[in-house]
Order: sequence, then C-alpha cells, then structure tokens
Amino acid sequence: MSEARHPLFMPVIFVGGVVFGLGLGVSHMTHPEVVLDFLQIQDLGLLFVMGAGSLVMGGAIAIMSRTTRLAPLTSDVYGRRVKSLDRNVVVGGSVFGVGWGLSGICPGAAYASVGIGNYPILIAIAGMFLGAYVQGYWRELRSERAVGVASADEG
Amino acid sequence: MDPVAFIAGFFPNGIGRYLVGGLLIGVGVATIYLGTGIIAGASTFLETTLSYASGLSRFNRAKYVTSRDWRIVFTVGIVVGGAVYAVAFQDGIWVTQVQPWRLAVGGVLVGIGTRLGKGCTSGHGVCGVGSISNTSLINVVTFVGFAVGTALLVQAAGVSP
Repeated sequence: MSEARHPLFMPVIFVGGVVFGLGLGVSHMTHPEVVLDFLQIQDLGLLFVMGAGSLVMGGAIAIMSRTTRLAPLTSDVYGRRVKSLDRNVVVGGSVFGVGWGLSGICPGAAYASVGIGNYPILIAIAGMFLGAYVQGYWRELRSERAVGVASADEG
Repeated sequence: MDPVAFIAGFFPNGIGRYLVGGLLIGVGVATIYLGTGIIAGASTFLETTLSYASGLSRFNRAKYVTSRDWRIVFTVGIVVGGAVYAVAFQDGIWVTQVQPWRLAVGGVLVGIGTRLGKGCTSGHGVCGVGSISNTSLINVVTFVGFAVGTALLVQAAGVSP
C-alpha cells in the first residue's frame, strides 16, 4: 500500500492537518480553560465549533457519498462515517466525557495545544497514550480469555 | 428580562472565533476526505502510534499498521497548525493554569474512553455527526453530558482551574 501511494497523498494529509490545527487554535479549544467554561455553561461558543465543523464535513460527505467518483489520491470510494453501535460506544463515551470534563482537553485540541507552546499539555498527551495502551491491553487479555473459554467449551 | 441580553450572556466572547475555528476544522478534515476518501479522526493516532512500540496484536491490526504513518503526518500537521496560529495571533507562548493532576487523570480517561468508544470530538463530533450517524450522535450526547456533569462537580468542589 505505502509503496503505491500517490505523491500528493502525504502533502494533502499534512495540509489538512495544518488547517485543522489552525482551526483549533482560532477556536481556542487549545485552551482547556475555554473548554471548561463551555462545560460549566459559562461560554457556549463551542457549540458553533462543532456545529460549523460538522456542517462543512457533513456537506462534503453528503455530496461525495452520492457520487460514483473515486478519491483521486487513493481510488477509494467516498463513504460516510458509520460505526456499529454497541455497549462500548456508550461506556467509552462516558469515560471520555469524565476525562474531558476533568481536564478540558481532547486529542486533536491537545496536539494543536502543543503548537501554541502549552507544554503542560504534554502531561495530558502522555496520559492519553497510557489510557489507550491500558484499554488495548485489557481488551486483548479479555479476548484471549474468551478464546480460552470457547476452546474449553469445545473440548 | 431582555431575551437578547440573556442569550448574549452565554456568549461572553462572541461567536466569531468559534464559528471561524469550526469552519477551518471542517475544511481541514474535508480536504483530506476530498483528496483521499479518508475520514480522519484525531484519537486513532494514539493506538496506531503504539504499534511502533508494542507487540500487542490489537495495535498491530492491518488497518492500524497501514495508517500509522499518515496519522503521524496528520498529527504533526495539527501541531504545526497550532503553531501557525500562535505565530500569527498570539503574543509568545500560552500556558494553561489547569492543574497538572487534572491533565494527567483526565488524559488517561480520554485515552481509554475515546478508543473504547471508537472516536473522539473530531471523529464522532465532527465527522460522525456530519455523517448523521446514530452511533456518533449517541456517543456525542453521552460524552458531552458526562463532561458537563464532571466539570460542574469539580467546580462545585472548589477546584479552580
């Protein structure tokens, strides 16, 4: 896959990331204080961040997913972001919400926050890596146990 | 009471910077989508990058290993985007006053929750809501609800900032 990539693939990913990060900077979501003001119902401006962002992306998805055209840099079809709904979506959302409410920072905003010189945010990013590792380790352990139980049942 | 003044009270910083920031966030992910068909979220980077350091099979699934390089490029782009903003509009560096323990504990929970819940503020909140996906709408309502509750509780406990 990587050897067959279009030469513009990485530049487009990079430019998209820069614009995304610039937007996080302009919106001040890079400031945990601003996010906490939103969550404490003191400044509801963040509604417009998610609203405008999802409208733009929603427009792009609505238009392109109705076409039969393929993406120029990958020849992939244009799809929608539809993930299966299970218990994890709600449990994960709850845990994420508690973490977001405690820290005032989410992953994308944390990366952009590094760019504005907010070095203490590295603590949060280290925590995110640790959390991602812990859930991966735990889920793998659980699936191994499930496989063990299943094969014991067969035996 | 004047309803306009009442509503304006919830927007002490106006809406301009939020609206423009949100539009740019949308244009950023839409650029990647239009060029590649990829719907990029920010939190998958955490797991795909762990595949460089961990042999755990969950992190080494094909869809993670094949996307881990561009996810790093995407993340570096986000950092650079923040830096572009800072150079253009900010006076020197900006440093949060939120207490380190909140960043640390909150960060761990964000790491667990976004990966368990299949996405974060950008993946579910912007791309999933833009896709009118029920899964994403349910996830967003859940995490915003818990976040508001948590922030209000922490504030009521006298922790600031």
